[in-house]
Amino acid sequence: MTSTTTTPGSATTAVALSGVTKVYGRGANAVLALDGVSLDVAPGEFVCLVGASGCGKSTLLNLVAGLDRVSGGQITLAGDANPGLMFQEPALFPWLTVDANVEVPLKLRRLPRAERRERVAELLRTVHLADFGRKRPHELSGGMRQRVALARTLALETPVLLMDEPFGALDAMTRDILHDELERIWSERKLSVLFVTHNVREAARLADRIILLSSRPGRIIYSTEVDIPRPRRIDSPEVAAIAAEVTERLRTEVGRHGQ
Amino acid sequence: MASDTLTSSARTDAEISGLDALEIAGRDKEVTRGARIWAATWPKLAALAIAIAVWQLVVLSGWKPPYSLPGPLEVGRELIAQAQGPQLWDGLLTTLRRAALGYVFSVAVGLLLGLAVARSTVLRAAIGSMITALQTMPSIAWFPLAILLFELSEKAIFFVVVLGAAPSIANGVISGVDYVPPLLLRAGRNLGARGLNLYRYVIAPAALPAIVAGLKQGWAFSWRSLMAGELLVVGISQTSLGAQLTYSRELSDAPWLLSTMIVILVLGLVVDAAFGAADKAIRRRWGVLDQAGN
Repeated sequence: MTSTTTTPGSATTAVALSGVTKVYGRGANAVLALDGVSLDVAPGEFVCLVGASGCGKSTLLNLVAGLDRVSGGQITLAGDANPGLMFQEPALFPWLTVDANVEVPLKLRRLPRAERRERVAELLRTVHLADFGRKRPHELSGGMRQRVALARTLALETPVLLMDEPFGALDAMTRDILHDELERIWSERKLSVLFVTHNVREAARLADRIILLSSRPGRIIYSTEVDIPRPRRIDSPEVAAIAAEVTERLRTEVGRHGQ
Repeated sequence: MASDTLTSSARTDAEISGLDALEIAGRDKEVTRGARIWAATWPKLAALAIAIAVWQLVVLSGWKPPYSLPGPLEVGRELIAQAQGPQLWDGLLTTLRRAALGYVFSVAVGLLLGLAVARSTVLRAAIGSMITALQTMPSIAWFPLAILLFELSEKAIFFVVVLGAAPSIANGVISGVDYVPPLLLRAGRNLGARGLNLYRYVIAPAALPAIVAGLKQGWAFSWRSLMAGELLVVGISQTSLGAQLTYSRELSDAPWLLSTMIVILVLGLVVDAAFGAADKAIRRRWGVLDQAGN
């Protein structure tokens, strides 16, 4: 799909989906959630998946994250990386401090204590929360919690980041800032991101490529490259133009279900 | 372009810390320790004073003769006298030893049983509802069988205490595990916690509040079972709080009876307060305490 320069020892795709199908239930009650979705995410590419309700966006991320099994087709991750997954809710552990939350994946990877501490401090600096390590999640605002969740996911040190409407529950101001933050971290760490959203503007603000999914069943119906130079602003005319185009297609798709 | 990025990132830094400061401002409310303790204590003291006053009024009204219902002063004097002799302490020690033994065993059985039922659908279908049924059985109803099986012995008491407490504890574990938010499970699995690690890092801590509630209820059941048992099983040579209740009734020694009852009540309150403190500490960590700190 996307051409990338091949350097020796590195794969050309970070995530490869070929003909991925997902069926829920059996017999007459079976629901086809995803139907033959093929998609390659290049290393360092930022891909946004856009679609209306019921397009199986979250299903797709669960499958890539290995939390659910495909009914057909195949998902390949470069170097068998375990991708990091972020949700609309921060999903922080309320019984742990911010420090300890970020430390969980490091503990599970059995890193020695001194190294864990160093990495936690570094990760919290990355998301601008260096002074909040001792707090508990409930003492932070929604945007701060989501940044802690980002730091915790980054602690997996995985090249692939899956994000399921991570900023959907935040106010516009906070969301703007987190877009800047995510863009910075993505380019610094050379991450491959698969980002699900129903907010077309957000997709145009962030993505290298926007992919539109149809609803019931989820199929790829449109894909466009976004080559606006970075850093971008969500209120720039270029972003608005791309968003308008994708919105038009999304409306047509939604309208199809009204008949 | 490069300078563009730089200024934009400096702007972002300032914005972020500004927004953070605004959003969490005013969330910390400091109350002094003394004020907090006083706020928690005075209603209890007031209630105690009212209870003693009502008791005294009932005695003064002459509703019952003083040899069957003595006043607070007389009972207080008896309590002090008892506290100076060895009998109360011996009884207390026996009762506490039995309580601890029965409860610790119940906790072990309840935790294992609860975990097994929570994990296995077959076990749940088989004995899940039976555990709840066991819980509804009044412990005193077990004693005839216990006495047939173990005679008037420590074992009979132990048997009933465990039957009373273990189902509550198991139920606490089951509901705790059932109500772990699925989102946290997914997050935990994504962070690399599988199998036993998922229990250690996610399920056990997430289920803790319900488990503590089960432990508390289990304690209440075991304490009641124990008192019932000690009242019935008095043939044993050792003295105990329950046995002292029986003796004092047989001797029509009302002050002794009431002072023993007060000891039992206070003991129950102390343990209850310990569970309450544990529960509150957990809720504070989880951030589910309300504004008043309750």
